[in-house]
Amino acid sequence: MLFAVLGIFLGAALSPLVVRVSRQAAGWILGLLPLGVFVFFARQLPAIAHGETVRQSVPWLPSFNTPLSFYLDGLSLLFALLVTGIGTLIVVYAGGYLQHHEQLGRFYVQLLSFMGAMLGLVLADNIFVFFIFFELTSLTSYLLIGFYHSEEESRVAARKALVVTGGGGLALLGGLLLLGQVTGTLEFSQMLSMGATVQSHPYYLAIFILVCAGAFTKSAQFPFHFWLPAAMAGPTPVSAYLHSATMVKAGVFLLARLSPVLGGTAVWEGTLGIVGGFTMLMSAWLALRYTDLKQILAYTTVMVLGLLTMLLGVGGEEAITAMVTFTVVHALYKGGLFMMAGSVDHETGTRNVRELGGLREAMPWTMAGAVATGLSMAGIPPLFGFIGKEMTYEAALHAESFGMLLLGVSVLSNVALVGAGLVVGLKPFIGERKGAFTREPHEAPVSMWLGPLVLGVLGLAFGVYPALIDHSLLQAAQTGILQESHELHLALWHGFSPALMASLVTFALGFAVYAAWETIQESGGMAALGTAFGEVPGRVFERGLYGLARFSQGITTLFQNGRFRWYLFAIFTSLIVLVGGGLAFEAQLGWPTFEGEVAYYEAALAGLIVLSAIVAVRTQGRFIAILALSVGGYGVALIYLLFGAPDLAMTQFAIETLTLILLVIVIIHLPGIEGEDSLGVQVRDGAVALGCGALYTIIMSTIVDVPLDRRVSEYLAGNSYTEALGHNVVNVILVDFRGIDTMGEITVLTIAALGVYVLMRMPRRIAHEKEPEEEAEENETAD
Amino acid sequence: MELIISVVCGALLAASFYLLMRRNLLRFVIGLIILGNAVNLLIFAMGRLTRARPPVIPKGQKVLEGAYANPLPQALILTAIVISFGLLAFTLVLVYRNFAANQTIESDEVRGSEPSDTLDVYDETKRLPA
Repeated sequence: MLFAVLGIFLGAALSPLVVRVSRQAAGWILGLLPLGVFVFFARQLPAIAHGETVRQSVPWLPSFNTPLSFYLDGLSLLFALLVTGIGTLIVVYAGGYLQHHEQLGRFYVQLLSFMGAMLGLVLADNIFVFFIFFELTSLTSYLLIGFYHSEEESRVAARKALVVTGGGGLALLGGLLLLGQVTGTLEFSQMLSMGATVQSHPYYLAIFILVCAGAFTKSAQFPFHFWLPAAMAGPTPVSAYLHSATMVKAGVFLLARLSPVLGGTAVWEGTLGIVGGFTMLMSAWLALRYTDLKQILAYTTVMVLGLLTMLLGVGGEEAITAMVTFTVVHALYKGGLFMMAGSVDHETGTRNVRELGGLREAMPWTMAGAVATGLSMAGIPPLFGFIGKEMTYEAALHAESFGMLLLGVSVLSNVALVGAGLVVGLKPFIGERKGAFTREPHEAPVSMWLGPLVLGVLGLAFGVYPALIDHSLLQAAQTGILQESHELHLALWHGFSPALMASLVTFALGFAVYAAWETIQESGGMAALGTAFGEVPGRVFERGLYGLARFSQGITTLFQNGRFRWYLFAIFTSLIVLVGGGLAFEAQLGWPTFEGEVAYYEAALAGLIVLSAIVAVRTQGRFIAILALSVGGYGVALIYLLFGAPDLAMTQFAIETLTLILLVIVIIHLPGIEGEDSLGVQVRDGAVALGCGALYTIIMSTIVDVPLDRRVSEYLAGNSYTEALGHNVVNVILVDFRGIDTMGEITVLTIAALGVYVLMRMPRRIAHEKEPEEEAEENETAD
Repeated sequence: MELIISVVCGALLAASFYLLMRRNLLRFVIGLIILGNAVNLLIFAMGRLTRARPPVIPKGQKVLEGAYANPLPQALILTAIVISFGLLAFTLVLVYRNFAANQTIESDEVRGSEPSDTLDVYDETKRLPA
């Protein structure tokens, strides 16, 4: 399995080379890769159908307890076959569709990377591996939707998809982490039997909400459904593959994978049932509002995703039977229909159903595929879609509660689906040609009609003879979801059951909808529906992006407004709040003990220093301020002198004198310090400054109460003569023990001196600061 | 005595922080100088104070004996004093250059490197650029 996934990524890396060697045959050649993987998985089918599971694990990140582990059961096998099987057809199709696009190589890199990610996602056993592949599908999908990157529409759609699915992915990560914490394992295969533990855990609700957030965004459930129709801005092969058959099902897959763990509770049934059911009903009818083939298909995809979600919510043997059946049904017909839509667009220049008609003679092979898949979508017997629909109705009839409601919603949705299926699959080909196409329509190349035809034939074959897959693949998948084995048997004819009655009603209404489609499409009710659910959510999202930008700009102007006084104010305030708050809540403060005696001159010195600071703050005269500074500085030097630090005192005296001289020299050329801020600002800043000062005093007096660890000092004092032959310990530290530091200090000083020198030598006016004319004027005045 | 120095440090820091937040850049420089002194004093006091016993080994002895002032903070402060002076000189020259170029020592008017055009996020008729 590891080699299957890695092989596809390797293929992605090599694909530009293949395109360079042979552009015409690139699709066919690259198609062999997913085909091979498909055959590999198909050969696992007999064993899996017997109830076996395969687990493979390769050490990857042992420090994070994360092996590259894969798990193959019926569920992942079903999806792996869909991913590679439909993937093969899509790769071939894209070779025809984009044959003349100059970036075909890049396209294949993205498409195959996506395929590898999707395959990894459905096979992953470790939750982190799963998450990485989950995010990789979002990323590659972003690139693929935005493939036509010169068009703004594509870029906007791609961003929409990325933000929605990526945001959901983050929520999912939280859910998976919690799940891993609750179950004590990071492997899905070990979690599957721990449903009872998880569901009785207090974190259950949080896990459920987070997982749902990931699944609903990925699988386009209301209210996150809007990104999927927008994603149709991507190339059609992408829509056919990612946004119908595979990626959007990742969310459904996730729910199915975790349903043994999370499923069966009231909140699970209620949430999935209501969200899925509403999404289904809303989008099924919304599909009838649009005339663009791809938009119609996109909304019916949302509808099916809603249906699958709802069925997972209902749970139980019948619902899961319907769910796995419909997954296959949908992948077959939707992949085919999208490819057909692309072919029609490619050969006629339009996707507008209203302008299409009478293509049966020009495009017979495309039509064959389209009709077969379109009728399957409409659920007409003997196609596989009919069985899928019957199973849905059976599931609704067998549901433990709200059965009739589920049936009603399903019938109503399927009525619209019948109409949409016929509009898409039949309408472009029958009737008379309407108007002139921009191109004379002719049959698409074989690479482009092969896919729809194969999928159509499969839909027919599975419909007529469901034994091809029901007992093997579908039953295994059902077992994977339910974790218990049931006999799964599908048939076209179930006798005169209530489900059949529901189907007949559906057909009658569905054909009526098809007949009246043009009227319905234009009606005011549909317009309102289109606005409310088709456009508003996307607009709300864009509005939200604006809000986010505005919010971040607000934050920026608040904290980074270019006024550094404000930065300092913010820093000092946070210091008080964070450090002061921490002290108040965490530390046990008491009055410090006052030990030792203080000489009167020491106290007087301290008072003098404080007084000089006060004068420096309050004075309006710059020279008074400088003098006060000097008094304070010499005071500090005296303290050094009194407490056994003559070196410090000497340095301080020297530096203080130099500072005084320097200040006087420079300040003469500068304006004064008169003028103050308003009283309010003074009080505000004063309060913050005093608060910080008090904070430091508290911290210092607290530290003083703790005994000092003098080991380093004792080492230095003990070794300064024996090792360095110096009597003055401070000097020895500076020039010997920490000599390199002193060298650094000298370097810093040198650089500062050079900077000062250069700044002083610069011309008095900096040229770019002023306009040339102004400069000339100033020079004249100066002269 | 450490307690008294703590109070002095607090007062110096308060004065310094207040001056740093003034819009007049000269006051800022004064605040910077006080800040240097305050921090040095802080380090000094945190090494504990010992009266009149410099960490100098008397002639004829090989190691220090008895009580002596902690040499470690002194070494740190010695460096700090000199570096503060370098910082002060550089800042002062910057203030001076700024005045020479812009005829102002108001910090709020030092905006030469601020971006002038920002994204208009209030125009909702347009989509956010993608």
